[in-house]
Amino acid sequence: MTIHEIVSLVQGKILCGNVGEKDFVDYCFASDLMSDVLTVRRSDFLLMTGLSNIQSIRTAEMSDLKYVMLVRGKTPPQPMIELAEENGIVLISCPFSMFKASGILYQAGLKGVF
Amino acid sequence: MDLSFHIQGGDFTSAGTASSQVRRTLKELGVDAAVIKRVVVALYEAEVNIVAHAYKGIITAEISPERVFLQLVDEGPGITDIEKAMTPGFSTASQEVREMGFGAGMGLPNICRNADVFNIHSVPGKGTTVEITIQIK
Ligand SMILES: Nc1ncnc2c1ncn2[C@@H]1O[C@H](COP(=O)(O)OP(=O)(O)OP(=O)(O)O)[C@@H](O)[C@H]1O
Ligand SMILES: [Mg+2]
Repeated sequence: MTIHEIVSLVQGKILCGNVGEKDFVDYCFASDLMSDVLTVRRSDFLLMTGLSNIQSIRTAEMSDLKYVMLVRGKTPPQPMIELAEENGIVLISCPFSMFKASGILYQAGLKGVF
Repeated sequence: MDLSFHIQGGDFTSAGTASSQVRRTLKELGVDAAVIKRVVVALYEAEVNIVAHAYKGIITAEISPERVFLQLVDEGPGITDIEKAMTPGFSTASQEVREMGFGAGMGLPNICRNADVFNIHSVPGKGTTVEITIQIK
């Protein structure tokens, strides 16, 4: 699924990072527990989280992830956006809850990691 | 190449900067991406454990063409029952640590899984030493 499709389905917006027309991701992992995210071996997934602090970006950095979606319309602190930019991570904000955003994207064909 | 870092307990703003620097170094050296991920995931978990559970610590990273050797020595409360601490899901993390996204009780088991050689040694009341070796080739 392209990132633009994903953003539009969840009525989200891109807070930082460059997204091309063809940029896509096929998998998603949703969690607020960073150590849970860090157990995933693959790197080609969207991280969906409610954790609006710098450690969610650090986790994405260590996991080699490119896309992070923040749910519930949280406004990330400025240092979090800066760290995402520094690491070339695309940060997306979405107004829906984790449950609703997951449901919409799953139905549209985004796959779970496990 | 040897790198070393001082880690301050409770400092969640800086947590991950040591791991980030090791990651950058390994990338510059052209190490395979999957190996880098194993190294930095293990190191980041161990770094966060110092921030979350100890008072302060020192990380050293020895990088050679064959392997990465990481040593994390902290001053802190130590761990009385290491076997229990290694059990997936076991955590004594404070509310503050949980608000930072940690405390799943998955860190130590995940370090162990990513390492080729993993050693943990702890003296209750004094501190904990974690050693991780990962082969590059
Ligand atoms: N450096 C340390 N000093 C003191 N206690 C530690 C240290 N590292 C781990 N522990 C103890 O071992 C427990 C398990 O550690 P582990 O890393 O597996 O989980 P956690 O840190 O609680 O949560 P997370 O899943 O976020 O890592 C901790 O809750 C803590 O009680
Ligand atoms: Mg931990």
